[in-house]
Amino acid sequence: MNQQIIIEDAVQDDLEAVIALDRAGLKEDKIGYWRGVFQRYVESGRADRVFLVAKQGKTPVGFIIGEVRAWEFGSPPCGWVFALTVSPSVREGGIGKKMFDEICQRLKAAGVSTVRTMVDIDSKLTLSFFRGMGLRTGRYIELEKQID
Amino acid sequence: MKLNKASLFALISVLELASEPERQLSTADIADKYGISSHHLAKVMRNLVHEGVVQAMRGVGGGYRFAGNVNRTTLLDIIRLFESLESDLDLPHWSKAADPVVEELHAITNEIDTVTRAILDTITLATALKNTRLRAELAAQKEAPKG
Repeated sequence: MNQQIIIEDAVQDDLEAVIALDRAGLKEDKIGYWRGVFQRYVESGRADRVFLVAKQGKTPVGFIIGEVRAWEFGSPPCGWVFALTVSPSVREGGIGKKMFDEICQRLKAAGVSTVRTMVDIDSKLTLSFFRGMGLRTGRYIELEKQID
Repeated sequence: MKLNKASLFALISVLELASEPERQLSTADIADKYGISSHHLAKVMRNLVHEGVVQAMRGVGGGYRFAGNVNRTTLLDIIRLFESLESDLDLPHWSKAADPVVEELHAITNEIDTVTRAILDTITLATALKNTRLRAELAAQKEAPKG
């Protein structure tokens, strides 16, 4: 029988499991990056920086990270979700929705009423997920250029 | 962006049928509700049946029923059955000297097409139906007598 999924704040002990979950999607060695993320979003303990982990029993099976950002190109404070992963072995069980609902509540409690994200155009699964959560194309458009 | 009529009629029919998968509707039922050509819609339905998106039910009370998976089918999946969604500059005879301008316009329309496809390919029927229900609930709340 499946164990219940619990969404809770990430702790330092989750570092290795988070890196493992991230590798399931990207296959890159990003230990330095993740140590920095844990410093900024776990150790800081700030309400406007949210790092949540979904656990099945004691095993992390997903995570979501976001924060309140303000005044980038004039944008009033808003919630930014910049990482979301669910282990392929437990997908389609509503874990992503649980994590997203929880981070929205946390960001709302931190004082914002809009949540944004930016996803690779080829990440159909993640884009479809956010669409399913009610997100639509927003007022800020991503632009980029190769710098020679 | 302007969808061709076949794509639009297909989206309407698929969303209408998928909103109640057990329900059967005739082309006349759908055409009447949306004020569209029943004749044109019949052609679209034949294509949707051929592609396995809807199922034609025979006999008395026959009609069409949704046969796909709302979580796996996107709006683009339906549209692609009827059109490619690629912008056409309609400049078949431009001269060599016009190349840079035409190439730049092609680059811009490609950018637009890429974003358009990305939007339509990430909205599943389930998401569109969920949003449709929310709109209906909101409209009902507005119309409900207060007090």
